[in-house]
Amino acid sequence: MKQIARKISTYTADVSGVCSALYELGGMVVMHDPSGCNSTYNTHDEPRWYHMDSLIFISGLAEIDAIMGNDEKLIDDIVVAAKQLSPQFIALARTPIPMMNGTDFDAIAAVITKRTGIPAFYFATNGTHSYVYGAGIALEKIADYYVKGREDGKGKEDGKGTEDVTKSRFRVNLLGVTPLDFSVNGTVESMKAFLCEEGFDLISCMAMGSSLSDIARAAQADVNLVVSSVGLPAAKLLERKFGIPYVVGTPIGPFGQVIATSLRQAAESGKNEICCTKRPDSQNAQIAIVGEAVVSGSLAAAIYQEKKVTAKVICPLEAGKELFVPGDEQAEYEEELERLFQDVSVIVADPMYRPICSEKVRFYEMPHEAFSGRIYREEMLNLVCGLRWSQESN
Amino acid sequence: MLKMIHGAAEAPYHLIAEAAFPVPFPSRLEYNSPAHGTWNIVHIGMLLPGSHQIYICTGNCNRGVVLTAAEMNASDRFSTITVKENNILEGDMEDLIIDGVTEILEKLPKKPPAVILFPSCVHRFMGCDIPMVYRILRSRYPEILFVEGYMDCILQKAGVTPDQRLRRELYSGLTKRLLNRKSVNIIGNTLRIDKEENELTELLRSAGCDLKQIADCKTFEEYLSMSESYLNLTLLPIGKMPAEVLEERLGMKHLYLPQCFGYEEIIGYLEILAEELGVPAIPYQERIQTCEEALKQAKTVIGNTPIAIDYTAIPRPLGLARLLLEHGFQVFRVYADSFIPEEEADFKWLQQHVPELEIYSTIHAAMRVMPREYEGKGTVDCKSADCGNKDGKNADCGKNKVLAIGQKAAYFTGTGYFVNMVEGGGLYGFSGICKMAELMTEAFLQEKDTEDLIKRKGLGCESCI
Repeated sequence: MKQIARKISTYTADVSGVCSALYELGGMVVMHDPSGCNSTYNTHDEPRWYHMDSLIFISGLAEIDAIMGNDEKLIDDIVVAAKQLSPQFIALARTPIPMMNGTDFDAIAAVITKRTGIPAFYFATNGTHSYVYGAGIALEKIADYYVKGREDGKGKEDGKGTEDVTKSRFRVNLLGVTPLDFSVNGTVESMKAFLCEEGFDLISCMAMGSSLSDIARAAQADVNLVVSSVGLPAAKLLERKFGIPYVVGTPIGPFGQVIATSLRQAAESGKNEICCTKRPDSQNAQIAIVGEAVVSGSLAAAIYQEKKVTAKVICPLEAGKELFVPGDEQAEYEEELERLFQDVSVIVADPMYRPICSEKVRFYEMPHEAFSGRIYREEMLNLVCGLRWSQESN
Repeated sequence: MLKMIHGAAEAPYHLIAEAAFPVPFPSRLEYNSPAHGTWNIVHIGMLLPGSHQIYICTGNCNRGVVLTAAEMNASDRFSTITVKENNILEGDMEDLIIDGVTEILEKLPKKPPAVILFPSCVHRFMGCDIPMVYRILRSRYPEILFVEGYMDCILQKAGVTPDQRLRRELYSGLTKRLLNRKSVNIIGNTLRIDKEENELTELLRSAGCDLKQIADCKTFEEYLSMSESYLNLTLLPIGKMPAEVLEERLGMKHLYLPQCFGYEEIIGYLEILAEELGVPAIPYQERIQTCEEALKQAKTVIGNTPIAIDYTAIPRPLGLARLLLEHGFQVFRVYADSFIPEEEADFKWLQQHVPELEIYSTIHAAMRVMPREYEGKGTVDCKSADCGNKDGKNADCGKNKVLAIGQKAAYFTGTGYFVNMVEGGGLYGFSGICKMAELMTEAFLQEKDTEDLIKRKGLGCESCI
């Protein structure tokens, strides 16, 4: 039976994804839920909770209010808190019960905006999707609402294309950056340093280390770098609205050079590039990399680049087909994953997948905050700095 | 130090003189602090020896419980059935649970003696036929005890909370047996009461009674042997309901003898127990004298250091505050969002005698942006000769040093000097007061790594982080 899990963990869900994506942007996020989502989020999904404040709350939905449709309490509670704490925006995240009773969040958001003068958004999460979906729609909304067109009104065609693309400093946004995929171990800083060393100017990072005003300038970028699936909806939106092309890939070790080249080419040509698929088809691969599609695909590409060994991606999360090569797999449940793991001899995955791997398999640990939470936080790898365990293993 | 993205807001507190009882703060948006030492339903369920827990929830809800079990190295006693959108829409929820539980049990290396099922809020709201689910599972596996947990957090504010319900259902495996007058249970506690250290266990020993508590049970058979006890004692308010159910179902007598900090009240409870057991009373005056000496000694070390207490450390923070204030300690703040009815007398006493005592919320939204430090406004003479540091040069004995009792109080005041305790810490009676004085002294003298300690879930359980 597909939906049972006896041995492995479960991924961070959509509600936490919204919170994670919006954490540093100065808004107030309200999970409309009775109780548990808040504790789960701040305990297992949010490494910044202890040392960085963020206005993330739970509504404390009571049974009687859910049954009687008492939305006024939610509205009133949010208005009271907003007046005291003055957030830059208010985000409402839906959970299973409000989904079941059809709470009209669009109307609630409109009323809140009217009463507070603060922009209010609603995210159609319901606890059954992964963080990729939740964080993705959150960043997309922020990009949609806050990113303004360039003052010169030129969109992407501001003359960059006439310059020598190997020397000019292109401007770039980093999209899809949350601790759920990159923890707080220096990976994000390494990605920023990589861009700087490659001669790019970073306009904004969505959404770690950038403010809303940084993000509002995102349309000044010549190209967007999508480092996880979380960033793809925002990238597509920025392409639609401002014509900014995007490159999909995580700059892992030597693979960073491929990404840097692709960024320059995309900035020049205006065409998107999916770098995480710049690797051979993986039908017969004996190495499986398990995890989020962009990071895993980029790692597979980096391994191929360095070792000329083909690896396949097994992705248990939501992701579009364009992020995979033939031979990669999408599988969500323990039973199917266990079966897929039998077809390979090397597995690179979060340690909490080990219980469903054969003892014969060579298992390389790649802890993922969105799967094992804080348990292996101290061992999180900064892959941008290189394939440390890959070198050790060969 | 907390990195402040937002400006600080007005603190959500009342002076006790102006505070309402039992709920000083209206229900609003809730903040959840990083202090996680209290037990949740996963920890509580693990007390049932050999049991296997199965949660049937959406991914969002499963995430928290899966990782709770993993962090306590108990994943092998834990499984999940993930509810997806289509299950909610298509009405196949009963089949999902029955088939899922069956498959999990068939694939376990060994059938557990007990299974605790946790449906969730969605099942309650969609009218899932949970009784039918249990009927079928019990007929399929008559040898297994199915315990009816529920992770319906939507009842957190009204009705029977998931925590209360589980503590009640945890004893559903006890069966009608010939009652043994030499066997007594403590019901509802998660932390074990130290059998050597308090007057309650002393009375039981003098009556020749064997004390049983679920935290001591290593096997399912030991758990079942609790069925023989003629008397159930409850020491925490949350233990009352399960004991009342057992009294009605199995005829086990129930005495509620709550943990408290007033000498007269303690004497009253011990006399009730002595009478029930037919044993002589304890020489109370001697014990009171011992308490007085312990508190005096602690005061000598702690001096006028400001003290903050929170409700997660002990069910009666006001009772403890009163005891300490009566003995000269400088309790300046209590963190609590509501009080149990039994605190009313202490509340009124404090209103009258210490009207400036601050009552702070722990979940109010503004607590998110409060500075994690104590802006001292009293005198703290811990550099005096009696502070326990003979050379008087301990830089830690600064003006803003705060002694906290409880993890939330430690977190909110930003102190490393705290008594790391939840749910009363298993303390009881006069001995409990002496132990508290000892723990306060230790906490005052030895700074702890607050972040490392309070972020761990389920204080007293194994933790791999």
